[in-house]
Amino acid sequence: MIKRTIMPVLDPSIRNTSFSEVAQGYSLNQVKIEASRCLDCKNPRCVTACPVNIDIPRFIKLILEDRFRDAYCTIYSDNILPAVCGRVCPQEKQCEGACVLGVKFEPVAIGALERYLGDYSLEHNVFRQEIIIDNGKKVAIIGSGPAGLACAAQIRRMGYSTDVYEALHEFGGVLKYGIPEFRLPKSIVDTEIDRLKSLGINFYKNVIIGKTLTIEQLFNELNYQAIFIGSGAGLPSSLGIKGENLNGVYYANEFLTRVNLMKANNFPFSATPIKVGETVAVVGGGNVAMDAARTAKRLGAKKVIIIYRRDMESLPARLEEIHHADEEGIDFMLLLNPVEIIGENYEVKSVKCQRMVLGEPDESGRRKPIPIEEYETIDINNLIVAIGQSPNPIIKKSTPNLEVDKWGCIKVNDYQTSIPGVFAGGDIVTGAATVILAMGAGKTAAFNIDKYIKTL
Amino acid sequence: MMYEILEKLELNKDVDLFKIKAPLVAKNTKPGNFVIVRVDKLGERIPLTIVESDSESITIISQKVGFSTKLLSKKEKGDFIEDVVGPLGEAIKIKNIKNLIAIAGGVGAAPLYPQLKSYHSSGTKIDLIIGAKDKEHLLLMDKFAEVCENIFVTTDDGSVGRKGFVTEVLKERLKDKSYDFSITIGPLIMMKNVLLINKDYNLPTDVSLNPIMIDGTGMCGNCRVSINGKNHFACVEGPDFSAEGIDFDELISRQRYYKDKEHVCNLRLGESDD
Repeated sequence: MIKRTIMPVLDPSIRNTSFSEVAQGYSLNQVKIEASRCLDCKNPRCVTACPVNIDIPRFIKLILEDRFRDAYCTIYSDNILPAVCGRVCPQEKQCEGACVLGVKFEPVAIGALERYLGDYSLEHNVFRQEIIIDNGKKVAIIGSGPAGLACAAQIRRMGYSTDVYEALHEFGGVLKYGIPEFRLPKSIVDTEIDRLKSLGINFYKNVIIGKTLTIEQLFNELNYQAIFIGSGAGLPSSLGIKGENLNGVYYANEFLTRVNLMKANNFPFSATPIKVGETVAVVGGGNVAMDAARTAKRLGAKKVIIIYRRDMESLPARLEEIHHADEEGIDFMLLLNPVEIIGENYEVKSVKCQRMVLGEPDESGRRKPIPIEEYETIDINNLIVAIGQSPNPIIKKSTPNLEVDKWGCIKVNDYQTSIPGVFAGGDIVTGAATVILAMGAGKTAAFNIDKYIKTL
Repeated sequence: MMYEILEKLELNKDVDLFKIKAPLVAKNTKPGNFVIVRVDKLGERIPLTIVESDSESITIISQKVGFSTKLLSKKEKGDFIEDVVGPLGEAIKIKNIKNLIAIAGGVGAAPLYPQLKSYHSSGTKIDLIIGAKDKEHLLLMDKFAEVCENIFVTTDDGSVGRKGFVTEVLKERLKDKSYDFSITIGPLIMMKNVLLINKDYNLPTDVSLNPIMIDGTGMCGNCRVSINGKNHFACVEGPDFSAEGIDFDELISRQRYYKDKEHVCNLRLGESDD
């Protein structure tokens, strides 16, 4: 068996000063070699494991036949953001995790192949012109992140006039404000969104539903037949410990938004500043924590530490991200939990952490961290809190009859909320999850919206 | 889509008034709401109170304190602003008040005006103490005259009204007359001191806060404020809060966090820091 082709990456020494993309993508030759590893299984488990059920064996076969355009279109019919998903999907838990080759050898690098086709299409501007027949009915999509975009594309394809409302000044949601440039170049996000505009989807920036317009106004004044809420998980979770409001303490959302959306890395050319000192601690072990740590390093921090309360094996971040962080010299201080942030003149100086040991597995299947009476104080200049996000409450606040659970997640039944004609999907329903799960939700919701409107 | 400046008035050498075409923002605007403005494609997102609105436009008042407000001040009538988003924050909730004492400091007069206007139309009698650097820096005096019973003016240089601080006048007023509520908007240190005085008279006090913000929708958490030891986001829960229990010293330090960066940024405008 040929070995899995390794993705070329930017040298770690360059990465510490550059926001250029780390994973460089396959060459044509590498793509062909990797595609040839696919066994073309009769019952492809990869397809079932994909949240949007891309016909993976088919696009791989088309690659081998040099039919790149067709291969791209195969993905595009199920997934409107191949260049994005090829980069940020946790393939090891989905398609690649299910690949039969992975049992004895290493799975086919499906994500890298998808990325190649996405980039190929963007570079060569090849895509399938779609013919859409307008049905004269209107649907509003709230949020231009993964859930909203997927829903918009699907509903537009069924002939609906589709308007996407975005609260920020750029489209893409978390793809813009959350995921850093070195993992997902923003030009790729923009080009993929431009392609959606060419389907005839209308995009409106600076419109906060719940503020600028209410759900009620969308129905009564703007005459939408249905509404999809994909407003994401935009509320940072707090550590709830002393010192969290000291200067130099950032929530990961703020830290990443300053850089990704506001381009603070180009300050003063960009007007939004950011402050990164010599030593930066990041609390948390997910992808957002890795993104924040690697961003801090690129902004000039000499020492960046991930503080996580479980062990290395339990880190929820993607293996690839942990690996890249490690290559870039990020330190991992494990089995530690911050209990107090200590400052001087309202500026952070150190963080006091409590030592943890792992006990019995908890409901997530991971061993539960148990605090012991041992403490460690680490001198720092910044602390970034990256322990999760919950749904943004703005829409709920202005829409009293919209039911949410105790975590603020919108309650749905087949993507239908408690208000007839209002659907929801993505992080606003599930709490913070992945790009592709949100896209899957948006896409499926579109079919339910269509069904609903047809009953009107 | 860009946002056209319909009118610009230089209220004084540091403060400009802009009437901006933004029908969608104006549509749901209520007193107390604010907008986030991004002047150009490289701009910061900065919060500014909506002073007035009609069906087509909103009016904002901006003091040239930092790079972005200076950049905004270079815009003229007919120019465009890159982004205006809102209305943000909670609109004011008019309380049942007979006698209100309002205290404005500097550009704090701008967010105070829509509040007083609302209270006036609901029948509240208002006394206003307004302070500024000098005569030229007193804002919206004509408009306040329409909604206030009595206006007491202080200036730092004594060019008009009493020379000194609003707090001195406040102490005298509170000895003379009984009020059932107070609203104060101005520099953080002024609001902190007003609260200390009002406390002696058990006078409940509201303030309006203007911390650093980015998105304005509760996403980034930059605008967090400690009130009685609990965290609040000024962008979605504010900007108006009951002053009791606010950690003003923490807020003052958070407000200054990026001050040293301002200098670097100002070089872009070809100015030295002042």
